[in-house]
Amino acid sequence: MSKQEKYLEDLKEIKEIMHRSSRFISLSGISGVMAGIFALIGAWLAYETVYTGQNYLGYRKALLLPESILTLLAIAFSVLVLSVAGGVFFTTRKARKNNQALWDAQSKRLVINLLIPLATGGILCLMLLVKGYIGFIAPFTLIFYGLALVNASKYTLHEIRSLGLIEIFLGLLATYFIGYGLLFWALGFGLFHIIYGIVMHVKYGS
Amino acid sequence: MKELLKDLNKAFENKIRLGIMSALVVNDHMDFNSLKKLLDVTDGNLASHLKSLEKSHYIAFKKEFLGRKPNTKYYATDEGKEAFIKHIKAIEQLIK
Repeated sequence: MSKQEKYLEDLKEIKEIMHRSSRFISLSGISGVMAGIFALIGAWLAYETVYTGQNYLGYRKALLLPESILTLLAIAFSVLVLSVAGGVFFTTRKARKNNQALWDAQSKRLVINLLIPLATGGILCLMLLVKGYIGFIAPFTLIFYGLALVNASKYTLHEIRSLGLIEIFLGLLATYFIGYGLLFWALGFGLFHIIYGIVMHVKYGS
Repeated sequence: MKELLKDLNKAFENKIRLGIMSALVVNDHMDFNSLKKLLDVTDGNLASHLKSLEKSHYIAFKKEFLGRKPNTKYYATDEGKEAFIKHIKAIEQLIK
Protein backbone atom coordinates (compact mmCIF):
# COMPACT_ATOMS: atom_id res chain seq x y z
CA MET A 1 0.00 0.00 0.00
CA SER A 2 1.42 3.35 -1.00
CA LYS A 3 1.65 6.16 1.50
CA GLN A 4 -1.11 8.03 -0.26
CA GLU A 5 -3.46 5.08 -0.03
CA LYS A 6 -2.71 4.75 3.65
CA TYR A 7 -3.66 8.37 4.27
CA LEU A 8 -6.79 8.02 2.20
CA GLU A 9 -7.70 5.04 4.35
CA ASP A 10 -6.99 7.11 7.47
CA LEU A 11 -9.31 9.87 6.34
CA LYS A 12 -12.07 7.39 5.61
CA GLU A 13 -11.68 5.89 9.04
CA ILE A 14 -11.69 9.29 10.76
CA LYS A 15 -14.93 10.17 9.00
CA GLU A 16 -16.53 6.85 9.82
CA ILE A 17 -15.64 7.03 13.52
CA MET A 18 -16.86 10.62 13.81
CA HIS A 19 -20.14 9.60 12.21
CA ARG A 20 -20.61 6.46 14.28
CA SER A 21 -19.66 8.10 17.57
CA SER A 22 -21.84 11.17 17.25
CA ARG A 23 -24.98 10.03 15.44
CA PHE A 24 -27.51 7.34 16.14
CA ILE A 25 -27.44 5.39 12.88
CA SER A 26 -29.65 2.42 13.74
CA LEU A 27 -32.93 4.13 12.95
CA SER A 28 -35.01 1.55 11.10
CA GLY A 29 -36.70 2.29 7.79
CA ILE A 30 -39.32 -0.41 8.33
CA SER A 31 -40.56 1.34 11.45
CA GLY A 32 -41.15 4.46 9.34
CA VAL A 33 -43.22 2.46 6.86
CA MET A 34 -45.22 0.91 9.70
CA ALA A 35 -45.84 4.28 11.36
CA GLY A 36 -47.07 5.55 7.98
CA ILE A 37 -49.49 2.66 7.57
CA PHE A 38 -50.86 3.09 11.11
CA ALA A 39 -51.29 6.82 10.43
CA LEU A 40 -53.24 6.15 7.21
CA ILE A 41 -55.53 3.67 8.99
CA GLY A 42 -55.98 6.18 11.81
CA ALA A 43 -56.78 8.99 9.37
CA TRP A 44 -59.34 6.81 7.62
CA LEU A 45 -61.00 5.85 10.92
CA ALA A 46 -61.02 9.52 11.95
CA TYR A 47 -62.60 10.46 8.63
CA GLU A 48 -65.32 7.85 9.15
CA THR A 49 -65.95 9.18 12.65
CA VAL A 50 -66.20 12.82 11.64
CA TYR A 51 -68.17 12.46 8.42
CA THR A 52 -70.30 9.57 9.56
CA GLY A 53 -73.65 8.77 7.97
CA GLN A 54 -73.82 11.72 5.59
CA ASN A 55 -74.87 12.07 2.03
CA TYR A 56 -71.74 11.55 -0.05
CA LEU A 57 -72.97 13.67 -2.95
CA GLY A 58 -73.88 16.92 -1.28
CA TYR A 59 -71.87 19.25 0.92
CA ARG A 60 -70.66 17.54 4.03
CA LYS A 61 -70.18 18.97 7.44
CA ALA A 62 -67.58 17.87 9.90
CA LEU A 63 -69.63 16.78 12.88
CA LEU A 64 -67.88 16.86 16.19
CA LEU A 65 -69.99 15.40 18.94
CA PRO A 66 -68.48 14.95 22.40
CA GLU A 67 -68.41 11.19 21.94
CA SER A 68 -66.65 11.44 18.59
CA ILE A 69 -63.95 13.59 20.19
CA LEU A 70 -63.32 10.72 22.58
CA THR A 71 -63.18 8.31 19.63
CA LEU A 72 -60.72 10.61 17.83
CA LEU A 73 -58.52 10.85 20.89
CA ALA A 74 -58.56 7.05 21.20
CA ILE A 75 -57.59 6.71 17.51
CA ALA A 76 -54.78 9.26 17.85
CA PHE A 77 -53.49 7.61 20.99
CA SER A 78 -53.54 4.11 19.42
CA VAL A 79 -51.67 5.35 16.32
CA LEU A 80 -49.05 6.95 18.56
CA VAL A 81 -48.57 3.88 20.78
CA LEU A 82 -48.44 1.44 17.85
CA SER A 83 -45.98 3.62 15.90
CA VAL A 84 -43.65 4.11 18.86
CA ALA A 85 -43.80 0.39 19.74
CA GLY A 86 -43.01 -0.54 16.12
CA GLY A 87 -40.19 1.99 16.05
CA VAL A 88 -38.61 0.68 19.24
CA PHE A 89 -38.96 -2.95 18.11
CA PHE A 90 -37.36 -2.55 14.67
CA THR A 91 -34.73 -0.08 15.85
CA THR A 92 -33.67 -2.46 18.63
CA ARG A 93 -33.25 -5.19 16.06
CA LYS A 94 -31.19 -2.97 13.80
CA ALA A 95 -29.06 -1.64 16.66
CA ARG A 96 -28.23 -5.22 17.65
CA LYS A 97 -27.15 -5.92 14.07
CA ASN A 98 -25.05 -2.71 13.93
CA ASN A 99 -23.50 -3.63 17.25
CA GLN A 100 -24.72 -0.31 18.62
CA ALA A 101 -26.40 -0.03 22.00
CA LEU A 102 -30.05 1.06 21.85
CA TRP A 103 -29.83 3.33 24.87
CA ASP A 104 -26.47 5.09 24.76
CA ALA A 105 -25.25 8.68 24.72
CA GLN A 106 -26.23 9.09 21.04
CA SER A 107 -29.79 7.79 21.30
CA LYS A 108 -30.35 9.72 24.53
CA ARG A 109 -29.29 12.94 22.83
CA LEU A 110 -31.53 12.10 19.89
CA VAL A 111 -34.61 11.46 22.05
CA ILE A 112 -34.12 14.58 24.21
CA ASN A 113 -33.72 16.85 21.18
CA LEU A 114 -36.72 15.23 19.51
CA LEU A 115 -38.88 15.63 22.60
CA ILE A 116 -38.32 19.35 23.26
CA PRO A 117 -40.34 20.62 20.25
CA LEU A 118 -42.56 17.53 20.21
CA ALA A 119 -43.70 17.82 23.83
CA THR A 120 -44.22 21.56 23.40
CA GLY A 121 -46.48 20.84 20.41
CA GLY A 122 -48.30 18.05 22.24
CA ILE A 123 -49.09 20.25 25.24
CA LEU A 124 -50.15 23.13 22.99
CA CYS A 125 -52.51 20.83 21.05
CA LEU A 126 -54.07 19.54 24.27
CA MET A 127 -54.72 23.16 25.28
CA LEU A 128 -56.27 23.90 21.89
CA LEU A 129 -58.48 20.84 22.31
CA VAL A 130 -59.64 21.98 25.75
CA LYS A 131 -60.37 25.49 24.43
CA GLY A 132 -62.25 24.06 21.46
CA TYR A 133 -59.94 25.13 18.62
CA ILE A 134 -60.04 21.70 17.08
CA GLY A 135 -59.24 22.79 13.54
CA PHE A 136 -55.72 23.81 14.52
CA ILE A 137 -54.75 20.48 16.01
CA ALA A 138 -53.94 18.55 12.82
CA PRO A 139 -51.85 21.39 11.29
CA PHE A 140 -50.02 22.09 14.54
CA THR A 141 -49.10 18.44 15.15
CA LEU A 142 -47.52 18.46 11.67
CA ILE A 143 -45.60 21.69 12.29
CA PHE A 144 -44.23 20.67 15.67
CA TYR A 145 -43.38 17.15 14.49
CA GLY A 146 -41.46 18.71 11.61
CA LEU A 147 -39.59 21.06 13.95
CA ALA A 148 -38.76 18.09 16.19
CA LEU A 149 -37.34 16.15 13.24
CA VAL A 150 -35.23 19.06 12.02
CA ASN A 151 -33.89 19.54 15.53
CA ALA A 152 -33.12 15.83 16.02
CA SER A 153 -31.59 15.34 12.57
CA LYS A 154 -28.21 16.56 13.82
CA TYR A 155 -27.97 13.43 15.92
CA THR A 156 -29.07 10.76 13.47
CA LEU A 157 -29.30 9.98 9.74
CA HIS A 158 -29.29 13.33 7.96
CA GLU A 159 -32.26 12.50 5.68
CA ILE A 160 -34.51 13.13 8.67
CA ARG A 161 -33.93 16.85 8.19
CA SER A 162 -35.65 17.04 4.81
CA LEU A 163 -38.55 14.94 6.10
CA GLY A 164 -38.91 17.50 8.90
CA LEU A 165 -38.96 20.39 6.44
CA ILE A 166 -41.68 18.66 4.41
CA GLU A 167 -43.81 18.16 7.55
CA ILE A 168 -43.43 21.85 8.49
CA PHE A 169 -44.46 22.90 4.97
CA LEU A 170 -47.51 20.59 5.02
CA GLY A 171 -48.42 21.91 8.47
CA LEU A 172 -48.36 25.50 7.24
CA LEU A 173 -50.49 24.61 4.21
CA ALA A 174 -52.90 22.80 6.50
CA THR A 175 -53.19 25.86 8.73
CA TYR A 176 -54.15 27.99 5.72
CA PHE A 177 -56.53 25.43 4.17
CA ILE A 178 -57.93 24.70 7.55
CA GLY A 179 -60.82 22.42 6.55
CA TYR A 180 -58.44 19.89 5.02
CA GLY A 181 -56.41 19.15 8.13
CA LEU A 182 -57.06 15.44 8.00
CA LEU A 183 -55.96 15.19 4.39
CA PHE A 184 -52.64 16.96 5.06
CA TRP A 185 -52.23 14.90 8.19
CA ALA A 186 -52.62 11.69 6.16
CA LEU A 187 -50.08 13.00 3.63
CA GLY A 188 -47.50 14.03 6.25
CA PHE A 189 -47.75 11.25 8.77
CA GLY A 190 -48.89 8.54 6.36
CA LEU A 191 -47.56 8.92 2.85
CA PHE A 192 -44.24 10.65 3.60
CA HIS A 193 -43.39 8.26 6.44
CA ILE A 194 -43.87 5.38 4.03
CA ILE A 195 -41.78 7.02 1.28
CA TYR A 196 -38.94 7.95 3.64
CA GLY A 197 -39.12 4.57 5.36
CA ILE A 198 -38.64 2.79 2.03
CA VAL A 199 -35.78 5.10 1.00
CA MET A 200 -33.98 4.61 4.33
CA HIS A 201 -34.52 0.87 4.18
CA VAL A 202 -33.03 0.65 0.70
CA LYS A 203 -30.16 2.97 1.57
CA TYR A 204 -29.19 1.67 5.00
CA GLY A 205 -30.68 -1.83 5.21
CA SER A 206 -32.78 -3.27 8.02
CA MET B 1 6.49 19.21 0.69
CA LYS B 2 8.76 19.44 3.70
CA GLU B 3 6.38 21.98 5.21
CA LEU B 4 3.52 19.52 4.88
CA LEU B 5 5.36 16.61 6.40
CA LYS B 6 6.18 18.76 9.39
CA ASP B 7 2.46 19.07 10.15
CA LEU B 8 1.91 15.32 10.05
CA ASN B 9 1.84 14.28 13.65
CA LYS B 10 3.62 11.14 14.80
CA ALA B 11 1.16 10.87 17.68
CA PHE B 12 -1.67 10.19 15.20
CA GLU B 13 0.12 7.70 12.99
CA ASN B 14 -1.39 4.83 14.94
CA LYS B 15 -4.93 3.72 13.97
CA ILE B 16 -6.23 3.52 17.51
CA ARG B 17 -4.89 6.91 18.54
CA LEU B 18 -6.39 8.34 15.35
CA GLY B 19 -9.71 6.75 16.30
CA ILE B 20 -9.62 8.11 19.85
CA MET B 21 -8.96 11.64 18.59
CA SER B 22 -11.67 11.41 15.89
CA ALA B 23 -14.24 10.44 18.49
CA LEU B 24 -13.15 13.06 21.03
CA VAL B 25 -13.19 16.02 18.66
CA VAL B 26 -16.85 15.47 17.74
CA ASN B 27 -18.03 14.46 21.24
CA ASP B 28 -17.68 16.66 24.32
CA HIS B 29 -16.44 13.66 26.24
CA MET B 30 -16.57 9.88 26.17
CA ASP B 31 -15.99 7.27 28.84
CA PHE B 32 -13.60 4.34 28.67
CA ASN B 33 -16.21 1.71 27.84
CA SER B 34 -17.86 3.66 25.02
CA LEU B 35 -14.43 4.23 23.46
CA LYS B 36 -13.62 0.56 23.85
CA LYS B 37 -16.85 -0.48 22.15
CA LEU B 38 -16.51 2.14 19.42
CA LEU B 39 -12.97 1.18 18.45
CA ASP B 40 -13.32 -2.53 19.22
CA VAL B 41 -10.05 -2.85 21.16
CA THR B 42 -8.95 -4.55 24.37
CA ASP B 43 -8.74 -2.76 27.74
CA GLY B 44 -4.95 -2.81 27.86
CA ASN B 45 -4.50 -1.65 24.31
CA LEU B 46 -6.89 1.28 24.71
CA ALA B 47 -5.41 2.26 28.08
CA SER B 48 -1.88 2.45 26.72
CA HIS B 49 -2.88 4.60 23.76
CA LEU B 50 -4.94 6.88 26.01
CA LYS B 51 -1.93 7.25 28.25
CA SER B 52 0.35 8.21 25.38
CA LEU B 53 -2.10 10.86 24.10
CA GLU B 54 -2.41 12.13 27.63
CA LYS B 55 1.37 12.45 27.88
CA SER B 56 1.37 14.67 24.78
CA HIS B 57 -1.35 16.78 26.49
CA TYR B 58 -3.76 16.06 23.62
CA ILE B 59 -6.40 14.55 25.86
CA ALA B 60 -7.28 14.81 29.53
CA PHE B 61 -9.70 13.02 31.80
CA LYS B 62 -12.07 13.68 34.66
CA LYS B 63 -12.95 11.07 37.23
CA GLU B 64 -16.54 11.05 38.39
CA PHE B 65 -18.80 8.79 40.34
CA LEU B 66 -22.02 7.46 38.85
CA GLY B 67 -23.68 6.39 42.07
CA ARG B 68 -20.93 4.22 43.46
CA LYS B 69 -19.23 3.31 40.21
CA PRO B 70 -16.20 5.32 39.20
CA ASN B 71 -16.50 6.68 35.69
CA THR B 72 -13.65 8.23 33.74
CA LYS B 73 -14.56 10.80 31.13
CA TYR B 74 -11.98 11.54 28.48
CA TYR B 75 -11.99 14.72 26.46
CA ALA B 76 -9.74 16.39 23.89
CA THR B 77 -7.78 19.44 25.06
CA ASP B 78 -7.65 22.59 22.93
CA GLU B 79 -4.05 21.71 22.13
CA GLY B 80 -5.16 18.23 21.02
CA LYS B 81 -7.95 19.53 18.81
CA GLU B 82 -5.63 21.98 17.15
CA ALA B 83 -2.95 19.35 16.51
CA PHE B 84 -5.53 16.92 15.13
CA ILE B 85 -7.01 19.46 12.72
CA LYS B 86 -3.51 20.34 11.54
CA HIS B 87 -2.82 16.65 10.98
CA ILE B 88 -5.99 16.17 8.92
CA LYS B 89 -5.23 19.25 6.84
CA ALA B 90 -1.76 17.91 6.13
CA ILE B 91 -3.21 14.57 5.01
CA GLU B 92 -5.70 16.34 2.76
CA GLN B 93 -2.86 18.29 1.12
CA LEU B 94 -0.84 15.13 0.62
CA ILE B 95 -3.55 13.22 -1.22
CA LYS B 96 -4.53 16.10 -3.45
